[in-house]
Amino acid sequence: MSVAEKLKPETAETILSVNNIEVIYNHVILVLKGVSLTVPKGGIVALLGANGAGKTTTLRAVSNLLRGERGEVTKGDIIFNGEEIQDLTPNELVQRGCIQVMEGRHCFGHLSIEDNLMTGAYTRKDGAAAIKDHLDLVYQYFPRLKERRKSQAGYTSGGEQQMCAIGRALMSKPSMILLDEPSMGLAPQLVEEIFEIVRDLNQKENVSFLLAEQNTNIALKYATYGYILESGRVVMDGDAKELRENEDVKEFYLGTGGDGRKSFKDVKHYRRRKRWLA
Amino acid sequence: MELFKLIFIEPFEVMAALPDLLLQTLWEGFVSGILYSLIALGFVLIFKASGVFNFAQGIMVVFAALTLVGIHAMGVPPFLALILTLGVMALLALTVVKLVMKPLVNQPDIILFMSTIGITFILIAGGQLIFGGEPKAMITTELGLPTGSSDWEVGGGIVIFQHIDIAAAVIAALLIAGLALFFNKTKTGRALRAVADDHQAALSVGISLEYIWVVVWFAAGVVALTAGILWAAKSDVSFALQVVALKALPVLVLGGFTSIPGAIVGGLIIGIGEKLFDLYWGVPILGGSTESWFAFIIALLFLLYRPEGLFGEKHIERI
Repeated sequence: MSVAEKLKPETAETILSVNNIEVIYNHVILVLKGVSLTVPKGGIVALLGANGAGKTTTLRAVSNLLRGERGEVTKGDIIFNGEEIQDLTPNELVQRGCIQVMEGRHCFGHLSIEDNLMTGAYTRKDGAAAIKDHLDLVYQYFPRLKERRKSQAGYTSGGEQQMCAIGRALMSKPSMILLDEPSMGLAPQLVEEIFEIVRDLNQKENVSFLLAEQNTNIALKYATYGYILESGRVVMDGDAKELRENEDVKEFYLGTGGDGRKSFKDVKHYRRRKRWLA
Repeated sequence: MELFKLIFIEPFEVMAALPDLLLQTLWEGFVSGILYSLIALGFVLIFKASGVFNFAQGIMVVFAALTLVGIHAMGVPPFLALILTLGVMALLALTVVKLVMKPLVNQPDIILFMSTIGITFILIAGGQLIFGGEPKAMITTELGLPTGSSDWEVGGGIVIFQHIDIAAAVIAALLIAGLALFFNKTKTGRALRAVADDHQAALSVGISLEYIWVVVWFAAGVVALTAGILWAAKSDVSFALQVVALKALPVLVLGGFTSIPGAIVGGLIIGIGEKLFDLYWGVPILGGSTESWFAFIIALLFLLYRPEGLFGEKHIERI
């Protein structure tokens, strides 16, 4: 069996499946118009698309953080480890091993890095010793956090905050992390570093990832499978390698059309309009 | 020139001439300052964790004291009554969160503020209905709080320390130390601080906002009960007490709405400041009774020149 086949959602064991969900904000604004996707156990799945395509909404629908934004899932279902999860609270979901790292980091600015990490263990009931061991493990993945453990998170750099947010999520001992825009506002080198850690965690700690990214290039480099969202619909999905080589993806998201790199403004008008929805 | 002397010279001459009077005033200001601090602390706790300005904090002080006295009047021994009152405050916290906070979450701040005005009226009416509206004496001696006073000779005069005032200072200090420990050393305390910083992120790591709200409303209830006991021990348990609670507003403006140390220091500044001002400037220049408005003038000045207060949390912002 080839790698691609092994990672096909249908054949591999799935940890998360989202089936045809519709999300409405404020009772009137339809944001997701039937999104379906699956994440295989131990996979890294990328959710790609432009601003406002519905990536964050999809992640929030899964993590049940929509309610705080006055959104709700009105159709479809979401299954995590064989269990329907739409009606769980975020607290119950974190206890079951699925946690979101929000876009823009959202560290607790006035708490020290270590306190931030410890809040991640809030839902755990396996005792202080186990949590302490886990903290050491997180520090192994993010040695930089260890150096800055006493600093207030608000005063650390963007990269450190992103590490802190991922480390905090790790402290809950998740089997799946929903990672929203980890590259946002970070230097390319740091983005690379963060994605390396994500891959490490995926391989060594067996954490599955669903990551929303605008940086299509890097996301497809590290992911095994990708979905492309546009205006609240999945317009394309496939093996990461396939997507990377797809002409349309190249043209619209990687900026490297048939004849090498070119500016979006040179793309023929009708192609621009067409996208995949026309 | 006359006025200049009245403002800048004479008060200090009097202070120097009668050090015992000065010390006495400072001490009394300190004691009432502590009580302002306690009331303000209740506001800060709820404001930090839920962003709600709890207008009912003042009446919670009265309600807690009234419940304690009322339960005792039914023939319950004092310490059992104290525990039962704590139970009532916990129940109140749970009810408020279930019936008010949860249904109204994500509504504009003003709606939550209005709902706390509603809670105020419910507590006033409920308190009167159950325990009656007439002023009652606090069960001071029954709770083992000291009475009487000690004198301390200073510079030819004496300073009188009411024992209840000393007890109030000690109890308030213990309560604040207890809260500080709770916030910094326990898991729930850390979660509380996390919610105060970023409630979205707190939700995302699995902290239950509802549980945190119940905890802070209960903590505010405990603070209110303490303030109620200590304050009523010096006067009476009556609904007039809630007017005193309004003094917490200038304290909050002074200390910053989100700062616990701010509430404490702000309370002390207002308490000591209004006593000193009244005695040395108010009485000779304005004919007295400045205590009722002095704090609000200070608050006004702060709003004009330093609206975040002395200790208001700085927004940490990366650019």
